[in-house]
Amino acid sequence: MPVIFITDFLIFLLLFVVVGFYFYARKQEHLSSPWKDVKKRPLAMSSAIILFLFVTIGLFDSIHFHPNIETNKSNENIYSNEIFSVLDVLLSDLRTKNEKTYSAPLASYSFSKELIEQENGIQIRDYPRLTYGGASLNNPKTESTRDIIKRISRGFLYGLLISVVIIAVIIFVLSKLWQINYRKTLQNCFENKTEIHWYSVFATISVIFVTICIIYNLSQNYHVFGTDKVGQDVLYQALKSVRTGLVIGTLTTLVMLPFAVVMGLMAGYFRGWIDDVIQYLYTTLNSIPGVLLIAASILLLQVYISNHADDFNSIEQRADLRLLFLCIILGITSWTGLCRLLRAETLKLREIDYVQAAKAFGVGNFEVMFRHLLPNVMHIVMISIVLDFSGLVLAEAVLSYINIGVDPSMYSWGNMINSARLEMAREPVVWWSLAAAFIFMFVLVLAANLFSDAVRDAFDPRLREF
Amino acid sequence: MINYILRRILYALPILIGVNIITFVLFFVVNTPDDMARMHLGMKRVSQEAIVKWKDDHGYNKPILINSEASGIKKITNTIFFENSIKLFVFDFGRSDSGRDIGYDISQRMWPSLAITVPSLLVGLLAYITFGLILAFFRGTYVDVSGVVLCVIMMSISGLFYIIGGQYLIGKFLHLVPISGYDSGLNAFKFIILPVLVGLIGGVGASTRWYRTIFLEEMNKDYVRTARAKGLSESRVLYRHVLSNGLIPILTGVVVILPSLFIGSLIVESFFAVPGLGSYTIDAINRQDFSIVRSMVFLGSVLYIIGLILTDISYTFVDPRVGLN
Repeated sequence: MPVIFITDFLIFLLLFVVVGFYFYARKQEHLSSPWKDVKKRPLAMSSAIILFLFVTIGLFDSIHFHPNIETNKSNENIYSNEIFSVLDVLLSDLRTKNEKTYSAPLASYSFSKELIEQENGIQIRDYPRLTYGGASLNNPKTESTRDIIKRISRGFLYGLLISVVIIAVIIFVLSKLWQINYRKTLQNCFENKTEIHWYSVFATISVIFVTICIIYNLSQNYHVFGTDKVGQDVLYQALKSVRTGLVIGTLTTLVMLPFAVVMGLMAGYFRGWIDDVIQYLYTTLNSIPGVLLIAASILLLQVYISNHADDFNSIEQRADLRLLFLCIILGITSWTGLCRLLRAETLKLREIDYVQAAKAFGVGNFEVMFRHLLPNVMHIVMISIVLDFSGLVLAEAVLSYINIGVDPSMYSWGNMINSARLEMAREPVVWWSLAAAFIFMFVLVLAANLFSDAVRDAFDPRLREF
Repeated sequence: MINYILRRILYALPILIGVNIITFVLFFVVNTPDDMARMHLGMKRVSQEAIVKWKDDHGYNKPILINSEASGIKKITNTIFFENSIKLFVFDFGRSDSGRDIGYDISQRMWPSLAITVPSLLVGLLAYITFGLILAFFRGTYVDVSGVVLCVIMMSISGLFYIIGGQYLIGKFLHLVPISGYDSGLNAFKFIILPVLVGLIGGVGASTRWYRTIFLEEMNKDYVRTARAKGLSESRVLYRHVLSNGLIPILTGVVVILPSLFIGSLIVESFFAVPGLGSYTIDAINRQDFSIVRSMVFLGSVLYIIGLILTDISYTFVDPRVGLN
């Protein structure tokens, strides 16, 4: 039985908008030609593919349902109370293989000593074997290293094999498209004579598949990133957090976009008192320190939730509302920048001949704004969406740390860092939760930063770094 | 000049009123004092008497906007809006929900905040400008390219990583300075080093890259070409012309955050246990002390608006073309 969270709906709405925008932009020369420039950049293409991987994980995690437990005699399905996503099902191996408590990455023994009863009845304090980590080994102390190396090399080979197959398929398709033979196609790709920088695409695909295969092979028998306090696999948590990061990074912009665009256009186009009011509005909002406004709003949301606890069916739904609310508040604190940019650009554009001509022909105000002005400020909108993304992903972690981020029950990198930071004082250190969260965040944000640099350079040559 | 400043201040007044109304709506209309009381008392079924008592204790037992029972001027003054919002304009913050005088707390706690933020700003500016200038000097070479790559990588690492990593490094291996805490007077010095250093490293990526762009933009201008054509050495061009002109956007950009230095940084202060205004706010958020959060929101906006005014004034100083009108 499917469950649709509000953020799920918005994510797919966003996907729909992006796809729609793609087809719109393809016909518009001034929007499509900069993208061609982006496609030619090796770093941009590599990061685009990594972003695509993250987005895919996030989308799989955005289809929720109540799993079917059993079908009774009268053919009625009985559904579980739990809510799963497609990603949960795909990762059910990781999700269910829980240990008792902490265990280090790739460990076969538990992190803390326990009383173990030996066969002869004597109790000793030692590190117990893990239930799943290294379960297939008879004597992990001697076999574990060899097993790990074996699995890594096997994963490496499989990954290489898969990527070679995928690259071969791409070459095959390309050669059909360009109607030339394979050798020529390959040559074109590697000599960089193509519209898309295929060379970097192939390299990234290989790296991604090799990594995935190695991790998959290891995770069959180990916890690749260890387990946390309650014994849950850290890799699973990090993967589940992808969706939260993406939602914060994208929905925030989606939420604020209509306000910023409409107000920015109106302020620049009408000028006069409308401009004054809108300027007053964004200066006022801007002058409240962002973190404090978020803190105040989240505090108030908590009051609301605790007073209306009965309105929510599940913890997930409550967490989802909080996530959406966080996006809205972040949107309110961040729309002013885009609004100001759009206002300035509109002020310039409204004096240009084609707008004056449209007005002289008696075209209505709103039609001028949306048919003549909006398409010409679209590139600014696009740049700011891409630029904001990485900052928002990083902001989520910080906000969760001071307890004004996403719901504590939700998987997010911020929450992972927050709960792991207290364990830094342990001896030996429990570092793997932190490491996993930081690595995932770093890869996503780095890819987003590199991609946004390329997009900005392509769309706004004035801002190009020398 | 005074005329101009006065006009700017008058112009800021409506914005402050706007901020005040927003915080008032957020704290008293969206969530009524009854809700707050229920939240604080914690129980789901709180008796009405307990709520009334809590409101009495904390001064929320008045009507929100207009007191119809009182007479004359009291009709307006004896309300929550007047007591808790209008009084903020004269910096009368009232008492926190735990009964402490917020104004006194703020005056005490702003010094530790300043002790962290001022050195951070100065050291940061010095370092970032130097790095930016070095990259600009070596533009197009491997030094520049690798520097920019390093900047992008450092930008992509979460600030929390630098804090946690720094504390761990010092706490476990180096033991040079205490990892958190604060002391009064000169003893504070050793507590300040680590937060300042961590802040410096955390900001190096974004700032260096930005300053480098500013310097490069400056380098492409005509007067620099003229200076080179005169036969000046590259280093002289860089220091005398590019640096001094590039400093204008950098320093005027800094002016806007000067007043906000009082508030300190929420994250850094709470991680390093500095008893400044940042950790004050965090504690208030965690204890759900609405009065403190409300005061800090107001104080933050006032300081930001002062920063805006200072920015405008500083523009008129550095660029005579910007008129006072």
